Amino acid sequence: MSKAIEIRGLKRRFGDKLAVDIDELSVERGELLALLGVNGAGKTTTVRMLCGVLPPSEGSAAVEGFDVVTQNAQVKSVVAVSPQETAVAKNLTVRENLEFIAGISGADKPEAKRRAAELISALGLTDEADRRAKKLSGGMQRRLSIAMALISEPKVLFLDEPTLGLDVLARRELWRVIEGLRGETAIVLTTHYMEEAEALADRVAVMAKGRVKAVGSVAELLAQTGADKLEDAFVAIAGEGAI
Amino acid sequence: MKRTLKFSSRNFKEVLRDPINLFFGLGFPLVLLILLSVIQSNIPSGMTIYNVESLAPALCVFGYAFIALFSGTLVAGDRESSFAVRLYSSPMKPAELIAGYALPMLALAAAQSVICLAAGLIFGLTLSFRLLLAVVVGMPAALFFAGVGLLTGSLLGVKQVGGVCGALLTNLAGWLSGTWFDLALVGGVFEKIANLFPFVHAVNACRAAVSGDFGRIMPELAWVFGYAAVVCVAAAYFLGRRAKGK
Repeated sequence: MSKAIEIRGLKRRFGDKLAVDIDELSVERGELLALLGVNGAGKTTTVRMLCGVLPPSEGSAAVEGFDVVTQNAQVKSVVAVSPQETAVAKNLTVRENLEFIAGISGADKPEAKRRAAELISALGLTDEADRRAKKLSGGMQRRLSIAMALISEPKVLFLDEPTLGLDVLARRELWRVIEGLRGETAIVLTTHYMEEAEALADRVAVMAKGRVKAVGSVAELLAQTGADKLEDAFVAIAGEGAI
Repeated sequence: MKRTLKFSSRNFKEVLRDPINLFFGLGFPLVLLILLSVIQSNIPSGMTIYNVESLAPALCVFGYAFIALFSGTLVAGDRESSFAVRLYSSPMKPAELIAGYALPMLALAAAQSVICLAAGLIFGLTLSFRLLLAVVVGMPAALFFAGVGLLTGSLLGVKQVGGVCGALLTNLAGWLSGTWFDLALVGGVFEKIANLFPFVHAVNACRAAVSGDFGRIMPELAWVFGYAAVVCVAAAYFLGRRAKGK
């Protein structure tokens, strides 16, 4: 049986700059993999290629067995992404945002309503359900953004810096939400927060200068580097000038 | 088609729920019509500067310039907020995405024209099928303006779209369309240049529909169709490229 994600020699160039160069990386079904790296390490570019939004310059990747280049439409039918910036329709209510995404993902009206109601309840958005997205706090907007990614019932979910810019309480709340998502869905979470990767990930892939420098559980990365903390392990792996 | 309608509905709500859009899209041409008609009513008899039969259809076309602004800022805003990434990674095809942006703009343009012409009834327009025809005749111009919005929105940021569609295009649509004054009164190079653009032809076609000069509609509309086709193909090309991550 194929894995949720399999990358082989995936490269992306922007002009002369090689932004991503990943020889090999895979994600199992139900696994949460954190792509850990500083800003500009190539995490978002990798996510965009895996979602079928950005074509690779070389190589390829398979998501749920579908090639991101040659089976782009099938890839888009099994993935969902919560982008780095809060990507919600600001003048639509929480419920309308969710029903809209369910609709363009193929759900009929009753099904879209059912899924929206379920997610509103599951993600603690009940009190905000009929408020316009622009009126929500930053934390609630992120929560909605994740709910919008979930409503298409994806097999692979990409969370791109889901807690960026949130205060510590909102971040911890969102961690609980992400923790609750675990199950059949494979989740790829990009972050530059060490504690986030440590708290949530089954495995961590350390990215620097577009390359995956090491992959393993936090314990494995600590053992590999002889470090006591993930931050020290990250510095040892990624090295100076990690961008 | 279902996905296109869902996306259209989102875009329609997104635009209409912004009070500034409501004012400029639906209210501003109406305010101009009322203001200029009141000015006309205070001019001594015998002098006609703003005849409602000429003014109302011209203001319908002028109002479409705001449609370009709406569609441009919507597309650019989606790109800047990464909402576009969500759309691009959904099963929506590029053609559905483009149609979903364009359809609500045409609906808004039609609504804008109906309101403007209905207000014209108060100032002396005669209720007849010609008014309905004027709304239909205005649609190629609405498509042109919506296309300009989609094109600029797919290439520029929100602020730049505001400059191009909000300032430049509204001025071009105002000065080169014969809405405020008869271009023949200026004549010369100005008139020749104005005739190279679609604005005056769109206005002339709508005026011809209202006045019942039906034979004049298609020759004028041919210009508008030409411009609309070029702009829409370019918009579809660049939006399609964006959707494919190029």
